[in-house]
Amino acid sequence: MELTGAEITIRCLQEEGVEYVFGYPGGAVLFIYDELFKQEQVKHVLVRHEQAAVHAADGYARSTDKVGVALVTSGPGVTNAVTGIATAYLDSIPLVVISGQVPTSFIGEDAFQEVDAVGITRPCVKHNFLVKDPKDIASTLKKAFYLAKSGRPGPVLVDIPKDVSNQKAEFSYPATVNIRSYNPQVQGDIGQIKRAVQMLLEAKRPMVYAGGGVILSDAAKQLTELVHLLGAPCTNTLMGLGGFPASDKQFVGMLGMHGTYEANMGMQNCDVLLAVGARFDDRVIGNVSHFNSVPRKIIHIDIDPASISKRVKVDVSIVGDVAHVVSGLLEVLKSSKQKPDATAQKDWWKQIAEWRSANSLSYKNSSELIKPQYVIETLHKITHGDAFVTSDVGQHQMWAAQYYKFDQPRRWINSGGLGTMGFGLPAAMGVQLAHPGATVACVTGEGSIQMNIQELSTCKQYDLPIKVIALNNRYLGMVRQWQEFFHGNRYSHSYMDALPDFVKLAEAYGHVGILVEKPSDVEGALQEAFARKDKLVFLDFRTDSTENVYPMVPGGKGLSEVILAEDL
Amino acid sequence: MRHIISLLMENESGALSRVSGLFSARAYNIESLNVAPTEDPTMSRMTIVTSGSDDVIEQINKQLNKLVDVVTVMDLTDGDHIERELMLVKVRAVGNDREELKRMADIFRGRVIDVSDNTYTIELTGTELKLDRFLQAIDHALILETVRTGASGIGRGDRILKL
Ligand SMILES: Cc1cc2nc3c(=O)[nH]c(=O)nc-3n(C[C@H](O)[C@H](O)[C@H](O)COP(=O)(O)OP(=O)(O)OC[C@H]3O[C@@H](n4cnc5c(N)ncnc54)[C@H](O)[C@@H]3O)c2cc1C
Ligand SMILES: Cc1ncc(C[n+]2csc(CCOP(=O)(O)OP(=O)(O)O)c2C)c(N)n1
Ligand SMILES: [Mg+2]
Repeated sequence: MELTGAEITIRCLQEEGVEYVFGYPGGAVLFIYDELFKQEQVKHVLVRHEQAAVHAADGYARSTDKVGVALVTSGPGVTNAVTGIATAYLDSIPLVVISGQVPTSFIGEDAFQEVDAVGITRPCVKHNFLVKDPKDIASTLKKAFYLAKSGRPGPVLVDIPKDVSNQKAEFSYPATVNIRSYNPQVQGDIGQIKRAVQMLLEAKRPMVYAGGGVILSDAAKQLTELVHLLGAPCTNTLMGLGGFPASDKQFVGMLGMHGTYEANMGMQNCDVLLAVGARFDDRVIGNVSHFNSVPRKIIHIDIDPASISKRVKVDVSIVGDVAHVVSGLLEVLKSSKQKPDATAQKDWWKQIAEWRSANSLSYKNSSELIKPQYVIETLHKITHGDAFVTSDVGQHQMWAAQYYKFDQPRRWINSGGLGTMGFGLPAAMGVQLAHPGATVACVTGEGSIQMNIQELSTCKQYDLPIKVIALNNRYLGMVRQWQEFFHGNRYSHSYMDALPDFVKLAEAYGHVGILVEKPSDVEGALQEAFARKDKLVFLDFRTDSTENVYPMVPGGKGLSEVILAEDL
Repeated sequence: MRHIISLLMENESGALSRVSGLFSARAYNIESLNVAPTEDPTMSRMTIVTSGSDDVIEQINKQLNKLVDVVTVMDLTDGDHIERELMLVKVRAVGNDREELKRMADIFRGRVIDVSDNTYTIELTGTELKLDRFLQAIDHALILETVRTGASGIGRGDRILKL
């Protein structure tokens, strides 16, 4: 049967089992919106800004193992979406973003609301397409979903001109997809796997460093088993939190710029490092030559060959999907007669215990001022460590990462690579829609929340009972901290003057707002908020405005050149 | 070090800009780049001359392979290969220079492919170095215009770049 391009588009989404599309209408997508209207299977969520549509789709994807879908109009719709797309790109999140385009005959004429969507997004998508013929829509969308989800995941943009969405073509959804130029390697090379196991068995001071690839591959279970068998300490990157249980005694915390002392010292002093789905980011290993200044063997598992030996040379590289490769390691390890060197590891754990005793995440609580760390610890307690926690970007993000001990994957949802302020609230919308009954908390700052505060309106429309945990320090705190440390206390434009009354603002949007000014009220307020299961509650915590995030490895320094809280 | 990289890519609109965009976004050098369809009209072959440390070249190869439109990549510099570049040079050719320019073109196995009262246009193929040498060998003041394709390369013998 012949269908219009718009009908085909919606049929494809149905075929892909898409539950939610996050979007915002406009001229170039009117035909597609018309078809959305005529059916019920694919539900549309109307956001208040296209950036939020993409972040919401992103939060949906991160908290499930599905592809997030966003729909925006041409011109300003696409440009507004770019920050969301880049955010997903840097964290390798599978999204399909459908954008409207001006009619094909107008392309290139500086037509009304025309931008070169494919050109603008090219550097921040895994791939993108301009569909010039309605008969290509189905095969293109099939490819888009496949590309987004397979291999190293990422956002894919499909740009559909208005006339293409209105013209008719024969519809049949392809059952399979084959892209001759794209064949991601999933299985690891068995020879390399054996070499890796041998190296790990001979290690005296082994260490496992696991990142976002573990989450993306849904391999937390396999990784945990491997770490237990190896008896090695395990650290997670910011993106990997929850990939190994934080409450496990082999967990040494997050590593990197704001990582624990034991994690960073372990990285610097281990003799065999197993890197699993992690990309040796500059926020993670600090100064590269300092990192390389010690001899250690590195085994690197990553599905993207370009992630391997990009910043740090490795000794054994295993290209493949974490779940597959780690299962392979487990198999070889279990069938080996040799066991990890117990005596050597005893000394190693003694050394780690010593680093741990530095207690690098300790902070001085106060009865006068609300300490942000205390709020997160209490949040963990009240939610039994079982909430989905989204975050914005800044100090509050680091405290959430450090003090909310994630035991499960896909519970910690934040923008690590791009560091996008404004991510937290719309991401929480996607999470809440994906998990209707679940507890969803958005940890944010008074700066970040204002970058997408309009989404409180979307939350009202769709009854999303998110709990907004605003750590309101009246500062762009992360910026202020750098100015304190590295710019002679010159707080250039990092003070937030004229803040809104967030309680009234929440109420204006039809939600509940609670102001919390005393440490003794923190727990009660959180309890009250989470008891209101059907309501969005905005908690405005007035926190200590001068608190800093520790430990800190200053930019350009090595992992062992760390500033601890008591150093100051 | 100088590397010459050959690749096959889908003959799709936008494929070229994905490659050139990759080089500028990641601050890789491009000395020259050329591209044209192959005997299989669905594919184009591109030759890129670049330079960088071994680490950078490794990343260039990996990043090129990662582009969805890129079918296969070969660093020709890794083995025996042949390189050729085409140059057209328009020179002022009057009086005694006419004879001299013809002689130089012959020595470099070039051909005069267009003649006017005042000019010759000389066609020359060879390695980059040979074309440079020719330009050095003739009187610089006589050169009116040059156009070069950048290097094309192919592996020797059984080194074949195919799908
Ligand atoms: C204010 C701020 C401070 C920060 N401080 C820190 C810090 O202290 N510590 C820290 O760790 N980070 C920090 N970050 C985050 C940092 O910028 C990076 O985003 C993060 O470290 C990258 O994590 P990752 O290495 O796990 O890689 P990801 O970005 O999660 O990449 C995943 C890797 O796994 C691979 N992969 C994907 N899927 C698979 C699969 N199925 N199988 C195998 N491999 C796969 C990918 O190819 C990629 O190489 C901070 C960010 C901000 C905004
Ligand atoms: C869109 C965007 N603009 C600027 C920045 C730079 N930046 C990083 S953290 C930060 C301050 C965030 O302030 P707030 O949300 O109040 O969080 P706090 O650090 O105070 O907890 C800024 C401005 C950014 N990450 N994102
Ligand atoms: Mg703040």
